[in-house]
Amino acid sequence: MPSLFSTHAGALIRGDAPASASGRLRRSVISDVIVVAGILAVLGAVAALLPQVNAAIGPQGIPSSISTDPHLLPYYALRSVFRMFIALGFSFLFTVVYGLAAARSRRLGAILIPLLDILQSVPILGFLSATITIWLVLFPGSILGVEAASIFAIFTSQAWNMTFSFHRSLMSEPPELDEAARLLQLSHWQRFWKLDVPNSMIPLLWNCMMSVGGGWFFLTASEMISVNNSTYVLPGIGSYVAEASERQQLGNIGWAILTMVIVVVLIDFCLWKPLTAWAEKFRITSNSSVSQKRSLVLSVIRQSHLNDVLATIGRPIADVLDRLTLPLGRTGAHWHVRGTRSRIGDVLFAVVAAAVSIFGVVLWFDYIREGAGIAEIWHVAGLGFLTFLRVMLLTLICSIIWVPIGAMIGMNPKLARFFQPVIQILASFPANFTFPLVTLWFIAWHIDINWGNLLLMSLGTQWYILFNVIAGASAIPDDLREMSRSLGMGTWQRWKTLILPAVFGAWCTGGVTAAGGAWNASIVSETVSYGHTTLTATGLGSYIAASTAEGNMPRTLLSVTMMSIFVVVVNRVFWHPLERLADRRFSLTA
Amino acid sequence: MKNTLTANNNIDNSVIDNTAVENTAMENTAVKGTALPVITANHVSKSFLTDNGEDLKVLTHISMTLHEGEIVAILGRSGAGKSTFLRILAGLVPPSDGRVKYRGKPLTGPNPGVAMVFQTFALMPWLTVESNVELGLQAQGVGRKERKAAALKAIDSIGLDGFESAYPKELSGGMRQRVGIARALVLKPDALFMDEPFSALDVLTAENLRQEVLKLWADGSGALRSILIVTHNIEEAVQMADRVVVLGSHPGHVIADVPITLPRPRDKHTAAFESTVDSLYAILTGQADAARGGHREEALSGLQQMFADSSQGSHSLPDATPGGMAGLLEIVADHEDGVDLADLASALTFEVDDLFPLLDAGTLLGMLDVEEGHVSLTPAGREWNDADILDSKMIFARMAISHVPLIRAIDRTLRQSKNGKVRGDLIVDLLRGKHNDEAAQQQFRIAVEWGRYGELFDYDSDDDTLTLDDNAQ
Repeated sequence: MPSLFSTHAGALIRGDAPASASGRLRRSVISDVIVVAGILAVLGAVAALLPQVNAAIGPQGIPSSISTDPHLLPYYALRSVFRMFIALGFSFLFTVVYGLAAARSRRLGAILIPLLDILQSVPILGFLSATITIWLVLFPGSILGVEAASIFAIFTSQAWNMTFSFHRSLMSEPPELDEAARLLQLSHWQRFWKLDVPNSMIPLLWNCMMSVGGGWFFLTASEMISVNNSTYVLPGIGSYVAEASERQQLGNIGWAILTMVIVVVLIDFCLWKPLTAWAEKFRITSNSSVSQKRSLVLSVIRQSHLNDVLATIGRPIADVLDRLTLPLGRTGAHWHVRGTRSRIGDVLFAVVAAAVSIFGVVLWFDYIREGAGIAEIWHVAGLGFLTFLRVMLLTLICSIIWVPIGAMIGMNPKLARFFQPVIQILASFPANFTFPLVTLWFIAWHIDINWGNLLLMSLGTQWYILFNVIAGASAIPDDLREMSRSLGMGTWQRWKTLILPAVFGAWCTGGVTAAGGAWNASIVSETVSYGHTTLTATGLGSYIAASTAEGNMPRTLLSVTMMSIFVVVVNRVFWHPLERLADRRFSLTA
Repeated sequence: MKNTLTANNNIDNSVIDNTAVENTAMENTAVKGTALPVITANHVSKSFLTDNGEDLKVLTHISMTLHEGEIVAILGRSGAGKSTFLRILAGLVPPSDGRVKYRGKPLTGPNPGVAMVFQTFALMPWLTVESNVELGLQAQGVGRKERKAAALKAIDSIGLDGFESAYPKELSGGMRQRVGIARALVLKPDALFMDEPFSALDVLTAENLRQEVLKLWADGSGALRSILIVTHNIEEAVQMADRVVVLGSHPGHVIADVPITLPRPRDKHTAAFESTVDSLYAILTGQADAARGGHREEALSGLQQMFADSSQGSHSLPDATPGGMAGLLEIVADHEDGVDLADLASALTFEVDDLFPLLDAGTLLGMLDVEEGHVSLTPAGREWNDADILDSKMIFARMAISHVPLIRAIDRTLRQSKNGKVRGDLIVDLLRGKHNDEAAQQQFRIAVEWGRYGELFDYDSDDDTLTLDDNAQ
């Protein structure tokens, strides 16, 4: 009797909808056709692109311009997307290796995590100008060198926040799951796939989406690489916009924007939607009543036989890998006993690390003093302060505008459901595609770029604030809202005592992301041009852009370091205390 | 007082066939004299480093042996280090001193003969029931087919058939714990470790699952041999165990090793059962007085000494709210001559961890008298219980100042400071001398709660300052 009951309950729980057998069969066949077509399309596109990527460089050298024929846009878009996902693949690899190293080794972690904080604050142009020669030497005579440099640049705009997220997930694994894994004596390999990866999947995926959005923003800079007094152009949608802007082809810029919108929406539909819906199974919550995320693409894949095919192919491979990786050892197989030897090791490690960093700082200082002079340090610091003021002003203005709007949208579930995906797409749309149009407007109306620059920066970064505030406002519990209504609170009182405190934490998260993005965006937005007119604002961003373009290494190094210092210090002094305050005082869960 | 238990028992009898339990229980007790030791702990101690760099002892010189085929329960109140001890035996945490042997071999890592059932289940939420159960076999390198067969068998044996492809989050708490048990059973462990396995479940589900585990242990199939269960539920310990090891707290040490010789199946309503439960309550309460003299003497500066003394051993503040104490006193006040703890616990469906902090707080404040598992009100307690809300606060304040050293220490520090203000940091820092950070924070939090209730002092969490309350000035 009990077993009968359980079988029935099991079927109910799994949610097998009653459907006629023939209908299910038909749907599954259609799904199979769609899935096979999709796989063939992806493979075909990759096969078609690969030879192009490795094309030989002609006698005229690496091209410094591309055709702006709108018919080429689909091809350019494919190239850009291809580049983006190669970079994403490398970002994943880096994330896993770096995150595991930092989480598993106490000593490495003490160095790697602060280092990651610094790497995150270095603008991508800094990475590019430092490494471009290496890439060109690595792949001589082939366009692959430039392609590698471009992919590396995109990688540097994607990897860091993914790594942070993975590391945080590793450090906050539920202790009882860790204990279970150790007591069951899972091998390192098994633990990685059964615990580490699933546990970090949801935050990693969200960061992945943000990373791709960030990557789009720097697409132009990483496809039309102009450093060290030369310009290398790769076919892609980012370089297309730059080229069209230089040739003053407004119509073509419009086509490019349209293409980009389609690309962003398609990626959202074909990739992020199904992935986030699929990743729901990795959520560690006890209740399954959270609203179900749905995705048409995922449903089609689930109805098809792809799963079975993958299982038949994958299982034997997984078994072999399982066995092959056993020599890597089992998780927590031996206790780490901290004895005198380990303490001596700690001291040695700290001494070596300190010596290396002091040596590095001395070298840096020497190089700057010889190449740029001490006075230049103060000059650059002043420029940094100017950009800092701009970033702060921008965050303030965006907050004043978007916090009330975001809170109102968030408290209205219908509006929120409609706006959230739209804003998500807006956030991942590369705002600098519209820069030529805005620049044209600045020129026509004689708007000072020193102020106009604020608008340019905000085009890309304001969405983070709006997006987070909407999420925060929609999380305000119903009973609190009903309470405020039943007490007959006035509008101002309601905002002051309920809504603003409730969205404070979300605003912090959005603000820190927006401000971080704005620092990076200052490099591409403090110097903008349309045709032969170039507008340059005074600030650290335009200084970095200029010094990388003319290949002045001491100045580049100085200014990039200065920007890192500013970002790290502002985060430490301003944002982190605010986030802690939000956590302590304004958290709704505590 | 026993109405809840009667309900439980009806369920037992209807669900479980008890004859099997009886038969093998006889064999088990018969075997015990000659049984081989499976896991032995020899003078195991464990200490953690506090934030002030001092060693904080959690366990001291614990020795015990788990023999083949027996069920041992480890009983103790919170802070006795039960779970830490279990994890040391399981090889998850290395002992600071002493050694643990599994079948004669010293441990250097996770104990290969142990499978554990966790309080919070510890299932991988992204794996199906079947994959969760197979996980340990997969780690041992068992092939896919054999793995599946063994997992299905274990799933059947614990009544989970039909749920193989469900995900843990689709299951109720009781079903989830069944998965946890199946995951342990499939490994055919020498010893099954259970860390408060039923405390996250409701009363009826817990009772049902407890019986099923006992049945599996007794049915002689060999899937379950020895069991070591950590619990703070005294009835659970008496119902399941051949032997109850009682741990005392601050630091954890063995205060009693009580064999339970009641015939199986055990009926909770027999006089023998009740008297065993009562005697365990008496052992646990007697221990509070024993700890009083036991703390270390060290030369510390005046203020530091005051705070160090104020929160040591039995002086440390139990995690109880004034409201909870008031509720308890009200119930005890209904009984002119006081009430047995076992009756009190079952009337409230409280377990030791819920009840003892309240009892300790009442005793510390001089409002309750606990002796031999029997609790009654002191005159002060009666006065507090009968007072109206304002008077009751004054009585509470008076008792707290005169009986609770930490409250007194804070009060005195506030009065001695120039502006009647002290930073909370300072107090927590002083407490850190004898507690780890978490415990220091907790002591401070409780002191603030009591102080606020008695209108002795106030605390502003924004700027972290304690101020003398206007009433107290």
